[in-house]
Amino acid sequence: MWTWFYRLASPPYVYGFVGPAIPWLLAAAACLIGYGLVAGLVFAPPDYQQGDAFRIIYVHAPSAWLSLCAYTTMAVAGAIGLVWRIKIGFAVAAAAAPIGASFTLVALVTGALWGRPMWGTYWAWDPRLTSELILLFLYFGVMSLRRALDDAARGDRAAALLAIVGVVNVPIIHFSVQWWNSLHQGATVMKFGKSQMPGSMLLPLLAMLCGFMIFFVAVLCQRLRAELLMRERLAVWVREAIRT
Amino acid sequence: MTPRRKRLYVVLAILGGVGAAVALATMASRENIMFYFDPSQVIAGKAPPAKRFRIGGMVVKGSVTRASGDLTVHFVLTDFAHEVPVEYTGVLPDLFREGQGIIAHGTLRGDGEFVADQVLAKHDEKYMPPEVAASLKRSAAARPASEGKGLE
Repeated sequence: MWTWFYRLASPPYVYGFVGPAIPWLLAAAACLIGYGLVAGLVFAPPDYQQGDAFRIIYVHAPSAWLSLCAYTTMAVAGAIGLVWRIKIGFAVAAAAAPIGASFTLVALVTGALWGRPMWGTYWAWDPRLTSELILLFLYFGVMSLRRALDDAARGDRAAALLAIVGVVNVPIIHFSVQWWNSLHQGATVMKFGKSQMPGSMLLPLLAMLCGFMIFFVAVLCQRLRAELLMRERLAVWVREAIRT
Repeated sequence: MTPRRKRLYVVLAILGGVGAAVALATMASRENIMFYFDPSQVIAGKAPPAKRFRIGGMVVKGSVTRASGDLTVHFVLTDFAHEVPVEYTGVLPDLFREGQGIIAHGTLRGDGEFVADQVLAKHDEKYMPPEVAASLKRSAAARPASEGKGLE
């Protein structure tokens, strides 16, 4: 019964298993993001206070959300690698880091562009903004720590440990707008109770969230395949996979 | 205890330890992490005297007065418990308007007026089309004034 689960720890199995899924995931992500962009940027009504400037939410919020998702994925995968000594765990963690860092950067840049006309400043040392910046530095730290050690296996373990330590930042980012007085507004969608947005604005946002999420999984699978080929380059199955 | 289980406990212990340390540190420095003070905190003397700090609150309706000739603006900030008058010279952000939450950065003058050199508009988490806002405002005007606050 558990054989399918144990097989997930085998690099050749995972390599073959995720490959065919990638085109389907990319197609689903393209549909959702395409719908979200058109519906959000063209058909959704402007906001009563921010006018058309609010539309940056359709890129900003999903990126910010995915920056947290990717970090959690990286930390959990690293912990699995660390505790159960499963190579796939480290490979997933290594594959997720640059994607998450990119989402963090997109969230910070789009937020700054929106902040200038709306708040009156590109940047403020606000709890939410500062903790998101720390997340970016954590990503950079995890990525460079992995490369900093000569022994690849030790680099993996050190990076996983840093990722696990840094995961405390994830709830801090999410709840920063509740715990402290902050310039950044509170959660609109990701909270219990009724969301503070009408359906015509909310639906494209949810489509973008799902689309970004599926896009993340697709890119993660692709990067994981490359990572596995690189890590297992001396194994027989890689030679066979490359030949075919 | 198997080595695997031991490693699991080590990871959980690190997570718990770091979590507790960060929780204690943030609780201890709560005031420093606060991006701004409420008018009530300022009136109570909790804001640092003779030092720059930020004050955040709602602009009281009808309190905004502009001096003719220059960009000086006077308005009153409230947290619905206490009020602090603010003076600011400069360009205001798009979202600045009466009834809107804003954050001002500056110092408290001896006479109790806050002299700001930067004003940031704080946005809330509500989004709605202009027609909905207009109809909400109309129905709020029909009801007693206490309801529908923050929609203006």
